[in-house]
Amino acid sequence: MKKFLMILALMLVAALGTTVMAQDTPVELRITWYDDGNESAVLREILDRFEAENPDIKVVIDIVAYQAVLDQLPLQVEAGEGPDMARVTNFDAYKGYYLDLRPLVADAALWESSFDGAVLGALQSGEEDADAIYGFPNQFTVTGPFINRTLFEQAGVEVPSDSSDAVSWAEWTAAAREVAEATETPYAVAIDRSGHRFAGPMFSEGGMLFNEDGSITIDTPGFRTMAEQLVGWHTDGITPAEVWVGSGGSYAAAADFFTNGQLVMYMSGSWQIGNFAGKIGDTFDWSAVPNPTGDGGSTGMPGGTMMVAFAQTEHPEEVARVMDYLVQPDNAREFTEKTLFIPAHLGLGEINFVTEDESAKAALTTFASEVPKLSEQAYELQFGGRAFAINNPVRDRLTQVLTGELSLDDAIARIQQDVDDALAAAAVS
Amino acid sequence: MVKTLLFPVTSVMGWLFRLIISAFDLIMQPLQNRLGVKGMAYVFIMPNLVIFGIFIILPMLLNFYYAFTGGTQLFLENRPFVGLDNLTTLFTCGNFLDPNSCREDLFWRAVMNTGGYVLAQVTLLVLFSLVTALALNRNIRGRGFFRSVFFYPVLLSPVVVALIWRWILQQDGLLNGIIVALGGERVPFLLSAGWGQAWVVIISVWAQMGFFTLILLAGLQAIPSEFYEAANIDGASAWQSFWGITLPLLMPTMFVVLVLSLIRAVQVFDQVFSFTGGGPGTATVYMVQYVYTTGFANQTKEYGLAAAASLVMALFLLVLTAIQLRLGRRSEIT
Repeated sequence: MKKFLMILALMLVAALGTTVMAQDTPVELRITWYDDGNESAVLREILDRFEAENPDIKVVIDIVAYQAVLDQLPLQVEAGEGPDMARVTNFDAYKGYYLDLRPLVADAALWESSFDGAVLGALQSGEEDADAIYGFPNQFTVTGPFINRTLFEQAGVEVPSDSSDAVSWAEWTAAAREVAEATETPYAVAIDRSGHRFAGPMFSEGGMLFNEDGSITIDTPGFRTMAEQLVGWHTDGITPAEVWVGSGGSYAAAADFFTNGQLVMYMSGSWQIGNFAGKIGDTFDWSAVPNPTGDGGSTGMPGGTMMVAFAQTEHPEEVARVMDYLVQPDNAREFTEKTLFIPAHLGLGEINFVTEDESAKAALTTFASEVPKLSEQAYELQFGGRAFAINNPVRDRLTQVLTGELSLDDAIARIQQDVDDALAAAAVS
Repeated sequence: MVKTLLFPVTSVMGWLFRLIISAFDLIMQPLQNRLGVKGMAYVFIMPNLVIFGIFIILPMLLNFYYAFTGGTQLFLENRPFVGLDNLTTLFTCGNFLDPNSCREDLFWRAVMNTGGYVLAQVTLLVLFSLVTALALNRNIRGRGFFRSVFFYPVLLSPVVVALIWRWILQQDGLLNGIIVALGGERVPFLLSAGWGQAWVVIISVWAQMGFFTLILLAGLQAIPSEFYEAANIDGASAWQSFWGITLPLLMPTMFVVLVLSLIRAVQVFDQVFSFTGGGPGTATVYMVQYVYTTGFANQTKEYGLAAAASLVMALFLLVLTAIQLRLGRRSEIT
């Protein structure tokens, strides 16, 4: 009996110890994250403060390549193996898997007043979840071109946008080409290998994807004009072929060519500002310039990243506390000021970007003034829920034109077919 | 002294071993009494069979079912049955030799690319492996060293091989650096379809040759030296010995090499995917990459179409293997 009591006492002590240990062990939450610049470092600083104030939660940031967010994260989430939270750009890929934070956050009204309803709505599936809050935008982006101003000065060529508000792509290409030839710079112009990046210039040239009846038409004069210019850049050898032709089937940026001083004009977007400020430094002067103008006006593409929570998390309340902390104006402002992003938070007040780089400050102003010029078609493409069916076929089929596998006519017909197939497949489910 | 010190340890281990065996006996003896000695064979292969069933048979059956479903949902319960729709999509073609006339042009590009790759890669691989094996079979100085050198690439991860070669061949890579330093112009090794396809073949031959050389070397060493001595006495030339002795006796090994390399070539994926990503354009998109892209990498994940394509590929491999087996059997008879 004595022995039995002794064993019982030992078991009780062990059980108690385990419980105490379990109480002391913080809940671990994981965020899948990719970096354009210093974002994860800034987020870590904010989360360190959060963890100090909330010792029962530990947040791990898993930094992955952007391509992994596009290719692997949707599969992980669909298979129930995803993280608790993630930074994503492909909002449509996770619809149906988001965690509704509305009942979990301290003040849902703060969320609604802090972010544009249409942007929060980009995560929703339809009327059935029109009330849900699945995440928040932590960065607003606009696509637009950058130029190497030093090369223009060395070539003695005037920067076209310095004297005109409406410079066409053809005029920009001619000027960049002249600069490249005069300064023996390898490449005049480049654009990221991305359907999203192609879309802004295409809309500016007069392209229209979305019809009033809701259907999509690829074959418009504006689409052809921009596609022909892209082909012309490659035929003339004024763009680095590695970006579109040598990158297989994936996204590719031409940023390295620009930061290395091998490129005069680079069509990318506002998310590059922090990257350029860090990498280019004093090496040369660079500027963001307004989007070129065509028959469709002068528009870039809106975009951005969202911090989202997934319903498969085992700790929804803790996830909501983290998300709630990050949307607080002070924290959101700090993130914006240190990452040099255009804020998507409407309640931040005055922003003092943390940089001494004058080029970066000027670029932020330029991109901010591009926002009011964004066209309705551009917003529809980004937030209308059909980008998943359009962007990649545009990118991949145009690459086939560049390699000679398809004519532009065939490519446009194939893009239309790919878009229709993708929308039909998504509608079947 | 050591023996005395270790005695308690060995005793405990021996006791443990006997305990485990006795525990097994407790299960195995009644099983053998019930199933008989022949039946016990099934008991012993059961663990392997279960693993095979879970990881090979079950996925195959799932893949088969997926091929007849549509939509973009992952789980079968959410996927509608669409019958032969996916196979019809794959096989709707104006002219099978012109991918542009096909409904699913990328599939047919992948089929044609794979065909070209298999033909070139297997031919070169078998040829170079044979020549290397013949050279390494001779009594040359540093034979062991050379055998290691040729086998070394086999030990490398395909992704590492791809990245190293990409670094060598890219526009600003090592090879173009040398060419420019010698006064030449950069060559678009990874930017033109022809160059891309050629390098994919060259690199895969380089990376796999060591493995097949080793198999052929074993085959060569199994040929009795008396045959060559007799041929030598009869005045046969080296060439005659090769055609009359080496090649016929090496045929069974050659056949194994051919089957293995052919199957491997049709399944080519990881190395090429890391090396070119399927580019330039779609010049190096092969069948497995088509399946992967359609099912997993595209933003619209068409699992059904991908499963149907992999079914076609499996069928193709099955036919290929059957033909080879028949040819192999015929050559054994003759």
